[in-house]
Amino acid sequence: MNNAKERLVNGLFKENPTFVLMLGMCPTLAVTTSAMNGLGMGLTTTVVLALSNVMISLLRNIIPDKVRIPAFIVVIASFVTIVELLLEGFIPSLYDALGIYIPLIVVNCIILGRAESYASKNPVFSSLFDGLGMGLGFTMALTIIGAIREVLGAGEVFGYHVMPASYVPVSIFVLAPGAFFVLAGLTAIQNYIKIQGEKKGKDMSKIQSGCNFDCMNCGDMGCGKRTAEIKVEEVKNEESKIEEVKNEESKIEEVKNEEEKQEGGAE
Amino acid sequence: MSELKKVSSNPHVRAKITTGHIMLAVVIALLPTAIYGIYNFGINAAILILVTVATTVLTEYVYEKAMKKKITIGDFSAVVTGLLLALNLPASAPWWIGVIGGVFAILVVKMLFGGLGQNFMNPALAARCFLLISFTGIMTNFECDAYTGATPLALLKSGESVDVYNMVLGRCNGTIGETSMTLILVGAIVLLLLGIIDLRVPGTYIVSFVIFLGLFGGRGFDTNYISAHLAGGGLMLGAFFMATDYVTRPITVKGQYLYGVLLGFLTFVFRVFGPSAEGVSYAIIIGNLLVPLIEKVTRPRAFGKKRGAKK
Repeated sequence: MNNAKERLVNGLFKENPTFVLMLGMCPTLAVTTSAMNGLGMGLTTTVVLALSNVMISLLRNIIPDKVRIPAFIVVIASFVTIVELLLEGFIPSLYDALGIYIPLIVVNCIILGRAESYASKNPVFSSLFDGLGMGLGFTMALTIIGAIREVLGAGEVFGYHVMPASYVPVSIFVLAPGAFFVLAGLTAIQNYIKIQGEKKGKDMSKIQSGCNFDCMNCGDMGCGKRTAEIKVEEVKNEESKIEEVKNEESKIEEVKNEEEKQEGGAE
Repeated sequence: MSELKKVSSNPHVRAKITTGHIMLAVVIALLPTAIYGIYNFGINAAILILVTVATTVLTEYVYEKAMKKKITIGDFSAVVTGLLLALNLPASAPWWIGVIGGVFAILVVKMLFGGLGQNFMNPALAARCFLLISFTGIMTNFECDAYTGATPLALLKSGESVDVYNMVLGRCNGTIGETSMTLILVGAIVLLLLGIIDLRVPGTYIVSFVIFLGLFGGRGFDTNYISAHLAGGGLMLGAFFMATDYVTRPITVKGQYLYGVLLGFLTFVFRVFGPSAEGVSYAIIIGNLLVPLIEKVTRPRAFGKKRGAKK
């Protein structure tokens, strides 16, 4: 049971797919025009994520390693189709609002990512809670973004008027650019909290973010390693250039010395 | 600002002129247009201009104070941004439009990207587009002498005839600063004579716009139609005061010609085929975004290097 709680907390906060891992940006930016859409999209993804995690975890010893990605996609696509048909039948308003983004859950990188990195290596029970944690983390993030955009762009939350009547809606926030503004703002606030905490000497490693703009210490996974390699190469190049110049200088001096000798000899 | 030296391709010449001088000259060149705007649209235009300029300067000051950076409001660049933004607002807009626009221009577009010299698009135009998308109703409500009417370009688009003579003088409807072609040109000539701007960008912009309009505009080289397009809307203000912005135009000479043609083409497309009558703002900020690519393509050949040689 401890494991289950740890997976839930991990998905909700420590490795929140939207604010920390920066995964699934396409639905995050596209469907969060209102809190309701964000919640609907998040819950739909949660259902698919939990079910596909369970199924893939059950099949993890049968699926051959070489064809695991197509196998994962078949499993995920089946669940997405089921959920899509259910939504169309029972909540048509949400189905219309989410539109193309429901079938696109198939290629949502959060789901494929959890299948690849967690469910295919871990037992069923913890995979289920990993899926639930990640899905709820995604839902939370989408609902927050959707609520902020709805308040600023329409003066409402979940369809209820919350702003005073004199408020003029800033309609850019329900359009595409608004999604970027809100996401950037929330990530900036998160980084601010983290930096302030680190200044006070707290351990802030629990709050991560997409990139802590410290490329050299990023670890040997991503661009940090490449930057380091480039640096080493540059240093090597510089050194060899300096040696070349030194060699040339010494050659020139030799020639000069010889010329002087010859001149001296001529006299 | 001492660390920002790479403003053009070399060789460099030393001069006593500073950013402050240049920006002050731009402010002075814009003053006739602004004063005429106040005369034309009344007290609300004056309030909008003052509020917007005050907001931009104050935003820059507060941000730099809060971030413990060097205060740069003395270089007048915030004043230029505020003035240009105000001249791009309709006179009927409430004062808080100027405040929101000013804060967006300075805080989001300029300061968050590193201040003057680092902004990737023209702050005043970015703010205008932000406002135009956010408050479409307010931003397209043009009224003059308590009479709400369409701008000449909107009339032109719907196929009605317009009085070009009045448009050149400025007795027509539009944003505070775009109505009088004559006074904008007076300001532009001052800047040209002072050597602060040159004709490369505005010249190619306007000429290519006319050519595209004549060839593909559907009415041929009809003098009345083309001159109405030149005098109406923000073309003159955009070409001389915003497309020439040192930060957001290409630094290479060839690039500036290319940039001008691109702006002309985009403005033509937006005005003739777009849903709204005006397209200068969008054309210039899209052009701004393409500037890094333009500079990369048109990087001058170093002296002594062979044509087509790599690096």
